[in-house]
Amino acid sequence: MNKDITQKLGFICLSLCALITVFFLGTLIYFIVVRGAGAISWQFLTDVPRKFMTQGGVAPAIVGTFYLTLGSIMIALPLGLACAVYLCEYSPKSVVVNIIRISINNLAGVPSVVFGLFGMAVFVKFLGFGVSILSGCLTLAIMVLPSIISASQESLMAVPQSYREASLALGATQWYTIKKIVVPSALPGILTGVILSVGRVAGETAPILFTAGTFYMRGYPKSIFSEVMALPYHIYALMTEGAHPVAQTKIAYGCALILLILVLTVSTLAIFIRQKQRSMS
Amino acid sequence: MDEKVRMEIKNMNFYYGTKQALCDINIQVYRNRVTAIIGPSGCGKSTLIRLLNRMNDLIPHARIEGEVLLDGHNIYGPDEDVVDVRRKIGMVFQKPNPFPKSIFENVAYGLRVNGIKDRQYIRRKVEKSIKDAALWGEVKDRLNDSALALSGGQQQRLCIARALAVEPEVLLMDEPASALDPTSTSKIEELIQELKKRYTIIIVTHNMQQAARISDYTAFLMLGQMVEYDLTPKIFTNPAKKVTEDYITGRFG
Amino acid sequence: MNIKRHFENDLKKFNTEILKMATLTEEAIYKSVESLKNRDLTLARGVIDDDHIIDEQELLIEEMAIDFLALQNPKARDLRFITTGMSINAELERIADLAVNISQRVLDLGNEPLIKPLIDIPKLTAVVRRMIKDVIDAFVNQDEQLARSVILSDPEADKLRNMIFDELVYEYMVKNGKCVPRAIPLLLITRHLERIADHVTNIAEDIIYMVKAEVVKHHPERLTDTSRPHKEHPE
Repeated sequence: MNKDITQKLGFICLSLCALITVFFLGTLIYFIVVRGAGAISWQFLTDVPRKFMTQGGVAPAIVGTFYLTLGSIMIALPLGLACAVYLCEYSPKSVVVNIIRISINNLAGVPSVVFGLFGMAVFVKFLGFGVSILSGCLTLAIMVLPSIISASQESLMAVPQSYREASLALGATQWYTIKKIVVPSALPGILTGVILSVGRVAGETAPILFTAGTFYMRGYPKSIFSEVMALPYHIYALMTEGAHPVAQTKIAYGCALILLILVLTVSTLAIFIRQKQRSMS
Repeated sequence: MDEKVRMEIKNMNFYYGTKQALCDINIQVYRNRVTAIIGPSGCGKSTLIRLLNRMNDLIPHARIEGEVLLDGHNIYGPDEDVVDVRRKIGMVFQKPNPFPKSIFENVAYGLRVNGIKDRQYIRRKVEKSIKDAALWGEVKDRLNDSALALSGGQQQRLCIARALAVEPEVLLMDEPASALDPTSTSKIEELIQELKKRYTIIIVTHNMQQAARISDYTAFLMLGQMVEYDLTPKIFTNPAKKVTEDYITGRFG
Repeated sequence: MNIKRHFENDLKKFNTEILKMATLTEEAIYKSVESLKNRDLTLARGVIDDDHIIDEQELLIEEMAIDFLALQNPKARDLRFITTGMSINAELERIADLAVNISQRVLDLGNEPLIKPLIDIPKLTAVVRRMIKDVIDAFVNQDEQLARSVILSDPEADKLRNMIFDELVYEYMVKNGKCVPRAIPLLLITRHLERIADHVTNIAEDIIYMVKAEVVKHHPERLTDTSRPHKEHPE
């Protein structure tokens, strides 16, 4: 009897905790939608900001976020995948490899603002790229590198050893085996990792704060050395700068909604791919 | 019997680090014969067969002494290319391991590995290999389906077809039927009887009855040592060593 | 999918070797009774000299059977085929030995005139030869009915033996002690022939077991009692 009650109480506690999580997400979405939906219009999505950001649209920020995300993934994916392949397939299990592993894990733990400072010091100043898309992409790429590496590593390790053996036993070289069997088999998992990284890159403010972002642009970036607007940074700017707090806040919520939809869509895509991969094997 | 030696294992020792896994193994493998390697778990039989196409090269801190001769050439010789060795000595594994590709691509893989581009040739070769593996009738209408959709027994025959496609000189089989049901097992066993007409086959099995049924020669391994090697009927009716007799009669341990 | 079993050829070969053994044995019996009928000492000696061929054939079959049992682990019908094959093999060898015994008795008789014309012994010979021919046919055709009829012929051989014994003992040996040495070989030949019939009966019983998995040995009532439900063997 007593035990029964304890068990029931425990169960109730656990389900409450779980429900609280759902509640937070729910209210968050509700809050953003209610406040942001009013700002969204065709003009909002396609026009440039006008009248000190109180009117017009946020199209340059959407485009900028797109550029920054695409650019950083294009840099981080090949680098991360190559690194993961080296760690999983080639490197002998040794002290050096352990050091590399620890480094990657620590890199993942570095606060994003520190990446921002680093990006400013190295890309903006030292390499002289200035505040630009390129500097921003490079900084973001370094930031997501660890998660891309670990996602790739996990997917590569999940490829059955028997595939490698079968390929090698047919007289394939290790390189051919990796190219034709291992990486293709790991691709869905790698892709999931990449998509989650996309979500993260799209949402970050701190790394682009000093490396790529500008809070106000009348047009679109001209080259990879141009400054660029980005949704998260734009929200930040709208809430902290400018002279028309009320109008700006409304636009900030509109931006937040767009960003939220973007990130949630991307995450859903990742879940979908993972599910499909699971049902395949 | 007038037998031709195809492969010869000479004074082989094998170490994992400092631990000796195989101790002075000597076996002559005869052409167009099935040679079975039996022994209790951990006796080194899988290690031994994997040495025969240098699959154990992948293991760090492993060391081998002695020679493995294929038609008189040491496959561990200084100028032997390991990739070439593995092409000449095919292998079928314990668990069916088709690639997550189509049935056709699985068999074509080995040909592509070897740089063959001629589509006509590849198609013919794939068909012939699948036929040789007694699988053609079951898959001929769905060559482009995923190999993973096949049953375990069919997958294993596909793996045999894949190994045959590159025309190996010797076929190694590491417990090829241990993950299969009895019907699939007997199909594989019948297939081995067919294949030995054209290939030299070495099979590791923990199933003594299987060794008895399908092999011409049997090597009995225990604790990394080769206890006895002889004609299969001799091993199973009148083994020379008492340990062998204890093992095959189930008095072991 | 029907699997062609790789030991099918081994089974066929085993069958062929047993048939060869049966043929050799039948021939030995034929020659030994012919040597008696024709008083042909050379033929009798030939039977004795050739017995080693049959002995070797027996060993060959035994070895094949042991290898097959050890390697193929046969089940059901295959198992019965091999084990009864071994038993039939042993029976045939015993029969061949009896043919040798008959030939030895023929040599014992030498060229001495017979104490009486051969009348009932040829009848017994005919019965025995028919039995052995039938039992071989039953083996070849897996004919369990024919095997049953062979077993049912055995009393006929027993009856003839008793008749011959009575005649030899009471009509000749008791009445005239001098003919005893010449009567004894005939007595023994009669006994050898009857023993052959017994061995043939054993073979027939083996065949019934092989085909029907039914034991009729030591159970004569099962031979004729057809009301018993038999195990179904759809082939």
